[in-house]
Amino acid sequence: MAAVIQVRNISKKFREVKAVDNLSFSVESGQVYGFLGQNGAGKSTTIRMLLTLIKPTSGEIEIFGMNLLKHRKEILRQVGAIIERPDLYKYLSALENLRIFAAMSGIKIPEKKLIEQLAKVGLAERIHSKVKTYSQGMKQRLGIAIALVHDPSLIILDEPTNGLDPQGIADIRHLILHLSKDLGKTLLISSHLLSEMELIADSMLIIDKGRKIVEGKVNELFDPAETVVELKTTDDTSAFEQLQQSFLNRYEIEKRNDCITLKLHRNEVPLVMKEIVQMNIDVISFYSKHSLEDYFLSLTTGQSYAEAITN
Amino acid sequence: MRRLLQIELFKIFKRPRTYIAFGAIASIVLLIQIALKYDGKSYIDLLLNNLKDSFDFTDDFKSKLLNGYLICFIILNTLLIQMPLLVALIAGDSIAGEANMGTLRLSLTKPISRTQYMLVKFSASVIYTIALLICMAILALLGSVLIFGTNDMVVLRSEGIEQIKSFDVVWRYICAFGYAAVALTTVSALSFLLSVFAENAIGPIIATMSIVIVFTILSEMNIPIYDNTIKPYLFTTHMVAWKGFFYVKADAEGTTINGSIENLPAIIRSLSILLIYIILFFGSAVWVFRKKDILS
Repeated sequence: MAAVIQVRNISKKFREVKAVDNLSFSVESGQVYGFLGQNGAGKSTTIRMLLTLIKPTSGEIEIFGMNLLKHRKEILRQVGAIIERPDLYKYLSALENLRIFAAMSGIKIPEKKLIEQLAKVGLAERIHSKVKTYSQGMKQRLGIAIALVHDPSLIILDEPTNGLDPQGIADIRHLILHLSKDLGKTLLISSHLLSEMELIADSMLIIDKGRKIVEGKVNELFDPAETVVELKTTDDTSAFEQLQQSFLNRYEIEKRNDCITLKLHRNEVPLVMKEIVQMNIDVISFYSKHSLEDYFLSLTTGQSYAEAITN
Repeated sequence: MRRLLQIELFKIFKRPRTYIAFGAIASIVLLIQIALKYDGKSYIDLLLNNLKDSFDFTDDFKSKLLNGYLICFIILNTLLIQMPLLVALIAGDSIAGEANMGTLRLSLTKPISRTQYMLVKFSASVIYTIALLICMAILALLGSVLIFGTNDMVVLRSEGIEQIKSFDVVWRYICAFGYAAVALTTVSALSFLLSVFAENAIGPIIATMSIVIVFTILSEMNIPIYDNTIKPYLFTTHMVAWKGFFYVKADAEGTTINGSIENLPAIIRSLSILLIYIILFFGSAVWVFRKKDILS
């Protein structure tokens, strides 16, 4: 498959701080490409470089096989984007905002199509309301309508589910899958919602401190059968000792701040649970989750997910 | 480009704050006109106070003096000092305001070059400035002519007074308003340049006004060392050159020559300096903006 985005050794330095360090990756046509990293990892800087908002200190970016800086206009005509949050003209209506950005995209779009576009993102009832009266979720949906109004073949979404409620997040997920699977669009999506990315991304890039940690197809990077069990007991210290002395010590056992974790195959979960009960460990909770979050964090900071989100 | 300019003007004129400037001009012009309508005689007496020893002014002369043309001249003298603030409100907001709203980054992901974007933004600021001046011209000149009527216009100068025939006035006002447009565009260009560095419109607006105030003080100060060193190069020195269109040549008998301008080369020189400033400010703004990383 042809690479829609080809990034070669890009770096960006802000005075003494290296925000992106010699980063290379490629996004193939029709893919949903997940871009993962903790806050400050360099995701937004990279996305801004892909959209020519920031000039790389070094390196080269090709989009649709063309050099980004030399063919900026041609490339951006085929790109739709949301960067961080969809900030819009609050004193204008949704339709006026959409009309403005559609015109800036360089194509004439009939008013009827603009209204249809707003209806598609669920804003049909509020097209004439001023954006300042919109909720965060509505703004996000309007931002998506703006990103898609000129029918781009590459869509770049930076944290598209920020500020959305669970229903909103599900709507965005369905929209992304529809754009990719039904319409054949290529999507580059950055997010910190790892579970969401796992559901939609075909390939994934994880970066930390501006550097690439790992890149590959999601199904190759993570074994879907691998599970992390989070165990909370009345006395984690003695439970941890008991587990280490038992036959369960063949699994990777780790004691964290507020729980004990065991890495194992999903089929082994019932057996392990039974064994723990037989060991008379007073269990408060037993939670089995996919390993992606831990995989991601072990690659980046080494923190547990729970630690990372509470810090 | 035309479509982009339409969008820009749409955005400017959709904002309620845009009309504050128009409202401010309308109110002050109206207040001056009302005051002079009811107490114009006292104002004229005050105006002629310094000259009463050298000239004998009849009541008929005084009543003719208070006509629409003079009122407009008084209004222009008063308002053209305040107008830079109104112009800076829009020009200072053009880039910094977009950065502050977060719309700058979205706009710059569209297939428009940064130079084109700046050209459109600046053109819109200039159109706003011209619209403001047209509004002022209609209210100050047309309004005053309708209220006070027309007559010969008397211009008071330090060396005496000069009388311009009523039929010789209108073209001078057209030139003066045209010149004022260039003068205010200079302020607009300065504010526009400062706007590129900021992410909040307040900074460029305050910085523009501070520069205009400091430069105006320097321009007005009578310190010989500044006369040939600093003053000729300050744009504020040249912003008031519009008055030159109302300074006329006189013949050997002291009669004013219709259609003449006392020192046209000086006006052209001032105009050229303002144009150089505009090019310098706008050129620098484009140069900085093209290199700027958009982090807002």
